[in-house]
Amino acid sequence: MLRRISALISAATLVAVTGAALSAQRAPTVAAAANLNFALTEIANQFKADQGKQIEVVFGASGTLTRQIQDGAPFELFLAADEEFPNQLTKAGLTRDAGVVYATGRLVIFAPNGSPLAVDERLNGLARLIKSGKAGRFAIANPDVAPYGKAAESVLKKRGLWDAIRPQLVLGDTIAQAAQFATTGNAIGGLVAYSLVLGPGFAERGKYAVIPEGDHQPLRQRMVLMKRAGTTATQFYTYLQGNTAKAILRKHGYGVPK
Amino acid sequence: MDWTALRVSLWLGAGTIAILLPLGVWFGRLLAVHQFRGKVLVEALVTVPLVLPPTVLGFYLLVLFGARSPLGQAFQSLVGQSLPFSFQGLLVASAIANIPFVVQPIQRGFEAIPSDVRDAAACCGLTPWQRFTRIEVPLAWPGILTAAILTFAHTLGEFGVVLMVGGNLPGETRTLSVAIYDRMQAFDDRSAGVMAATLLVIAVVTLMLTTTLSRRVGVRRG
Repeated sequence: MLRRISALISAATLVAVTGAALSAQRAPTVAAAANLNFALTEIANQFKADQGKQIEVVFGASGTLTRQIQDGAPFELFLAADEEFPNQLTKAGLTRDAGVVYATGRLVIFAPNGSPLAVDERLNGLARLIKSGKAGRFAIANPDVAPYGKAAESVLKKRGLWDAIRPQLVLGDTIAQAAQFATTGNAIGGLVAYSLVLGPGFAERGKYAVIPEGDHQPLRQRMVLMKRAGTTATQFYTYLQGNTAKAILRKHGYGVPK
Repeated sequence: MDWTALRVSLWLGAGTIAILLPLGVWFGRLLAVHQFRGKVLVEALVTVPLVLPPTVLGFYLLVLFGARSPLGQAFQSLVGQSLPFSFQGLLVASAIANIPFVVQPIQRGFEAIPSDVRDAAACCGLTPWQRFTRIEVPLAWPGILTAAILTFAHTLGEFGVVLMVGGNLPGETRTLSVAIYDRMQAFDDRSAGVMAATLLVIAVVTLMLTTTLSRRVGVRRG
């Protein structure tokens, strides 16, 4: 038994040591808003092809990631879906500087194949469906943690549909989860990121209409380098402001700074 | 299939067993053999993680050990790494969450040993340690084995607290169950499906193993 116990203790030590070793040799981790899912994966691959350096990207809701960074998560660069969350981190003294706006996002209304929802940029189809009492579940991202959810809320408010649709809303943790609800037929549709519906496989899943930019606060997406950022993360930050990255962002439906 | 996530999951399961099993044997036996005041409270506290939502554990770990808490800052300057968002942090969370899965089966195992067996062993001149290793542990073995396997299976399936405390970092805190969620969010249903099937197979095999092993242990003794 004594031998067994000592074996277990050495196993525990080994686990601790391996854990430390794993973290020591890891590629720098970048936290990114979920709307960047397809675009940033492509940019990271291109970055690797061009400069031979690997970065790991963790996607989540901007609010969730901000909270994690404040609680000590080891991210070196944060690409948010708005400006408020990165500014919070800057105020808390966690970032190198105030960062830059790298893209402007757009919102679309999406209806999966077979949905009774007719999509149009002024949400007339949605209004009709609500009036007829036949509106099923409608997906948006959680406005508290996801800027795209907040934008969706203001669009619905502007069109006077917010109070009527509220009981029907399903909230995704991230805009990606909202898109999942909206595209898999579990909802009549939803307000999701343009960049996601331009992703692979979405075109055949349903139809969409792009919401006019003036209908909500512009989704100006800011990125900030953390104080802990190393060389690779800093290079990636610069790369994101270069022409290659901008072209990829534009292809995925973002507006990019000149 | 995310092999790194599978490796993190397996290490987490093994690490949790390594930490909890010795403690569980000591504490489970203590609860089984000794009567003391406040035992009901202690037993309730041991069982609490079973009925508590994992988010409660996640909340306390983040609030107590996060970068903004004095305790978290002290830990950081002492160890050079924060507890949340690290593999070690997951290990702590997982060890706490699994306490009832370890202590209860082991306690039942030791309780099943009649006290006259223990007395007889003492009469035969065995020291307490010899009694423990040669008589009690072999008799309580099915309970200990069940504890280990349940802990392992439960750790592999843990999701909420892992996501809250660990934060989905590849190679560090992204376990298989979190990787499934991550792949779903990335619209990569195929990978999610493969990993879900993997976890399902592991779970069924683990439970079959428990049943078979505990039965065999029983037969050999009888």
